[in-house]
Amino acid sequence: MSVTSDRSPDEQQLTIKIKGRFDFSTHQDFRGAYEKETKAKRYVVDLKETNYLDSSALGMLLLLRDHAGGERADVRLANCNPDVVKILAISNFSKLFNIG
Amino acid sequence: MAVSAAERLTVLIADDNASDRMLLSAIVSRQGHDVLAASDGAEAVGLFERRRPQLVLMDAMMPVMDGFEAARRIKELAGESLVPIIFLTSLTEGEDLARCLDAGGDDFVAKPYNQIVLAAKINAMNRLRLLQETVLQQRDMITRHHKYLLNEQRVAKAVFDQVAHSGCLSAPNIRYLQSPYALFNGDLLLAAWAPSGNMHLLLGDFTGHGLPAAVGAMPLAEVFYGMTAKGYGLPETLREMNAKLKRILPVDMFCCAALICVNFKQQLVEVWNGGLPDAYLLHGDGRPHTPLVSTHVPLGVLSAGSFDDNTQVYPFGAGDRVFLLSDGVVDSTDESGELFGARRLQNVLVTNRNPALLIEEVQWALARFRGQARDDVSMVEVAYTEPDLLGPPSVIYTDSGDSSPLDWGASFEFRASTLKRFNPLPYLLQLLQEVHGLRLQSSELYIVLSELYSNALEHGVLGLNSALKRDAEGFGLYYTLRAERLDALQDGFIRIDFQVTPAGSGGRLTISVQDSGAGFDACHVLSLPPAVNQLSGRGLSLVKQLSDRCQWTDGGRTASVEFAWEGLA
Repeated sequence: MSVTSDRSPDEQQLTIKIKGRFDFSTHQDFRGAYEKETKAKRYVVDLKETNYLDSSALGMLLLLRDHAGGERADVRLANCNPDVVKILAISNFSKLFNIG
Repeated sequence: MAVSAAERLTVLIADDNASDRMLLSAIVSRQGHDVLAASDGAEAVGLFERRRPQLVLMDAMMPVMDGFEAARRIKELAGESLVPIIFLTSLTEGEDLARCLDAGGDDFVAKPYNQIVLAAKINAMNRLRLLQETVLQQRDMITRHHKYLLNEQRVAKAVFDQVAHSGCLSAPNIRYLQSPYALFNGDLLLAAWAPSGNMHLLLGDFTGHGLPAAVGAMPLAEVFYGMTAKGYGLPETLREMNAKLKRILPVDMFCCAALICVNFKQQLVEVWNGGLPDAYLLHGDGRPHTPLVSTHVPLGVLSAGSFDDNTQVYPFGAGDRVFLLSDGVVDSTDESGELFGARRLQNVLVTNRNPALLIEEVQWALARFRGQARDDVSMVEVAYTEPDLLGPPSVIYTDSGDSSPLDWGASFEFRASTLKRFNPLPYLLQLLQEVHGLRLQSSELYIVLSELYSNALEHGVLGLNSALKRDAEGFGLYYTLRAERLDALQDGFIRIDFQVTPAGSGGRLTISVQDSGAGFDACHVLSLPPAVNQLSGRGLSLVKQLSDRCQWTDGGRTASVEFAWEGLA
């Protein structure tokens, strides 16, 4: 299983961790990780162990952002390695997500 | 134990021994199957041809034609479908039994028959037969679907090509490489002339592959061509394309795109890059290339309110080129998974000597790197050319001209908050196009009108000094200041007045453009020698060249120009 999710004790934050490749094959698992979530106010996508990310992953991040409230969403992309940062930078996703 | 109707088979029994044949027929019928009986191999082959039984029980040794030969022929006749052949044999030597299978037999039963074993073997063979049937059906279905899909893609591509090639990709200053089925990789390349003689070009890359990646292309192309032909600039076109894609695409789909506008007359190129890899401005004078970095979110992601339509403007003259590419180039990987990357690409750009070969050289470098060429890369190069060499942009009118208005006037005033976001030129030009006599000069008209408008806006309302644009650095500063001041604009106006009057069989149009700025010393500016290699100062001389009369009054705050036309045949 390459996608795991974890709720903070106060249920305010949902952390989704992706191991390995973040691409279309992760689609079902990634959606499943947040789709039923109704309480969380903040979302963190932990990309520490993500070594690859393609354009369908960018699309999935947009779906999460939409779920989390669109323009008002609080979604942080955490622990991005330099390759992932580069991909996010080309699409200027720093304007849509907190990247750190 | 009889089989159900669904499992009921037609079984061919071939045996030259009449009593054996009758015994076997009785056993098989009792199991619920229909029986066909033959007394030698030739008869068996004949019966098979006529009746197509589903399973064959075949004696090996028979007169006329033996079981081995009959099995071979029946297998040949059966073609792809599986007709199991079970040999009936009293042979016991391994070699003989192997011959049965070599001849195409699927199994054998030894005489005398054990009814239970025989029934089990018939059932087992029937399962294999059904499995083969299912596999063949599925294979045929996949083949059929694949054919449909290819046909659908062919039709979709043909329709789309009609749209895409209505533009000016064939212009002499454009070179490009695109896979014939790029549309289904999500890649999109469009180019079109604006009425001003500017060239607009878009390279886009939709997320995903196949049909989903292709569906957004048509609406995007429509907006691109429609708005370019009407004279809208990049910001308006970008806003509209973004809004349209945002409206129609699912949340996880978007389009990485770069859009450029080449102004040949003023030697400028305007660039917007949202999500494509670095594009490059290649300088003809040997300076290192300038990367055109993606500074925007791709199209179709942001709502209209947060979309950023800011563009970058660069000088663009003889020998200069813009090079755009899709991510297939830098994202190519070799066997070890290493990326081709921007550095290898830049190496090609630096070592390129013959501009005509640049795209080929990038392809060669990719092929060397990967050991094979990829078919999902898109590259395009747009070069500066003398405007005269490009020919006039063609616009087609469809109305008759009987109702052309010939004696009228109209005045407009555009105030600060409008000037910030709205470009009135396409509307104004549309209005003037109603006068048929002006259509032959519509390109000149558009250029003059847009020159006067941008002079009024930039030098008048915004108070920018064009002397800033004397070097590349100042050039950048000029456009930064322009964006800042426009953003902060509170007061100011531009008034535009049209007077159309008949004159003989033709007529005359007078345009005056007045702004709220400080004015300028028109006599002094116009007396300067025309700029050739400078980055500024082309505007006024263009206006002078293209209109029939022009003058500045009111301390340079009001410009008036005239266009006259003769009667139409």
